Amino acid sequence: MRLSLGPNQFYWRRTDINLFYEQMLETPLDVIYLGEVVCGKRDELRAADWIELACALADNSDKQVVLSTLALLESGADFSWVRKVCDNGRLLVEANDMAAVELLAEAGLPFTCGPAINLYNHRAVAQLMTMGMQRWTAPVEMSGHQLGEVLTRLTHKPEVEVLAHGLLPLAYSARCFTARHLGLSKDNCGRRCIEFASGIPLTSQEDQSLFVMNGIQTLSGEPVNLLRQMDSLRTTGVDLLRLSPQVHDMRAVIDAFDRARNGDTDLTLLLLGVDGYWRGQCGFDLIASG
Amino acid sequence: MELVCPAGSLPALEAAIDNGADAVYIGFRDETNARHFGGLNFDERRAQQALAKIRARGRRLFVAINTYARPDRFSRWQSAVDRAVDLGADAVILADIGLMDYAAERYPDLALHLSVQASATSAAALSFYRRNFGIRRAVLPRVLSLKQVQQLARTSPVELEVFGFGSLCIMAEGRCHLSSYVTGESPNMNGVCSPAKAVEWQPTPAGLDARLNGVLIDRFGAGENAGYPTLCKGRFVADDRTGHALEEPVSLNSMALLPALCAAGIKAIKIEGRQRSPSYVAQVVRTWREAIDRLARGGEFHIDPRWADTLSRNSEGKQTTLGAYERPWQ
Repeated sequence: MRLSLGPNQFYWRRTDINLFYEQMLETPLDVIYLGEVVCGKRDELRAADWIELACALADNSDKQVVLSTLALLESGADFSWVRKVCDNGRLLVEANDMAAVELLAEAGLPFTCGPAINLYNHRAVAQLMTMGMQRWTAPVEMSGHQLGEVLTRLTHKPEVEVLAHGLLPLAYSARCFTARHLGLSKDNCGRRCIEFASGIPLTSQEDQSLFVMNGIQTLSGEPVNLLRQMDSLRTTGVDLLRLSPQVHDMRAVIDAFDRARNGDTDLTLLLLGVDGYWRGQCGFDLIASG
Repeated sequence: MELVCPAGSLPALEAAIDNGADAVYIGFRDETNARHFGGLNFDERRAQQALAKIRARGRRLFVAINTYARPDRFSRWQSAVDRAVDLGADAVILADIGLMDYAAERYPDLALHLSVQASATSAAALSFYRRNFGIRRAVLPRVLSLKQVQQLARTSPVELEVFGFGSLCIMAEGRCHLSSYVTGESPNMNGVCSPAKAVEWQPTPAGLDARLNGVLIDRFGAGENAGYPTLCKGRFVADDRTGHALEEPVSLNSMALLPALCAAGIKAIKIEGRQRSPSYVAQVVRTWREAIDRLARGGEFHIDPRWADTLSRNSEGKQTTLGAYERPWQ
């Protein structure tokens, strides 16, 4: 199985972003996705900057570099951003909205679909494959069993990717929850989400971890972690394991999955996080220790 | 503008017709629609009765088949499309491209409406559905501002329907997994959000706790109005502050924007609420009928205080908002 680095969900400073990806070149990752996927107002890197960074990464490594597009388009500016990414002229694009699919399909370009595109069955997957989809990242709430049910019904299969580690992107809204938390309007947000490199945790009144607010996006409170599901991922037919960028311990996560794909279990990380979705349960169900 | 109204039962459908609905949308009694709630929706016999009533009054009937088909039960969703066609529905409301592909191929003349659950927010996304499946209309997600709706209306390749009144989804529809994260069931896969079977009310010395699959969603004081524990409307804690971090219990009401929406060329106004009572449907539909008729007569459009009062009484937490249509809400 190949390891991929998903697009970063958070808003980091340009210098931190550059440093982060420079470090990623030194890892056993096979694929790197990058680009702004959450909010078109974030401007430490604009579309052209992301394309430049992606091309530089591609020039300096043998990893596959893929440009990801915004998940929720609202303004004309959001759409222009997506168009620029689709028109980059060199690198493969991950579509996270049907607008991107439309642009790429019309241009006759191959593409991958991210988890924000709703493909829940074989007929939907087959449809997008006729339009140029080569790789499919399953919706985050899809279980391993359901994924298997989709794949057994496909004569031609795309490459299959699953989010195997990191906070789960659960929802997108018109409202910016970070701005609201700070008492600011979205139009005057000051892009303050840059102060929260891992988002803002949201717990119940009993201190149970529930969600993480990240601008207009809501993430899971706990990271998904499918280290323990390596055998089941393999038998289901998953080709790529996606690891989502995080500000701390990214290297440790990558190394743990790299060892796991080579049959070596990493006990430190094994039980940290949730895997309910993959097991067909509630997403927040913790990894069973038994 | 067409007034499109919800019905979860025959009495609600009659209430909608009697009070001025131009079109009524219903769902079948299974997980193929996004309001798969106990005791709700239409089996075959009821659907036929519904159609007879619709035809007798010269209105239109839409069938919502707007969840995402499961691979192992795809035939159930396919059969829902077949049943809608056999029934003679005027349109089906779909979200799943697998199902759209089936419907477009098998029934090329069937009118397809793109469900809000498909979350199409740009002309390019709409064009994708138009080009590949020939959709005729799209229901816009409740995430766009009025200005964005107006811009989209200028370039949209299909006619547009927008939400007028009802429960407010604060997340882009079809792109929210909060419910399955906590309860295992979601709008996309199961046609439910924060399902009733996961709700637990616990009296406490201080008042009432509302739980969803064991998770404390809200804690109500004695005498406080205890709302349904929808996940996004719970009171949670961030940075030691407790409050409605995502959204308050409130309903969407865009009546003030009716003239602007009409001028923008919006073809239909949708009322949310197939889970609501016939009395709710009657009051809300009558109010919107009067407003749309008033607008059609021309002259200056004012919201009658009676309308505002009726809508407010039928709102969650007795409050309404313009939601994302208005920038400050965002």
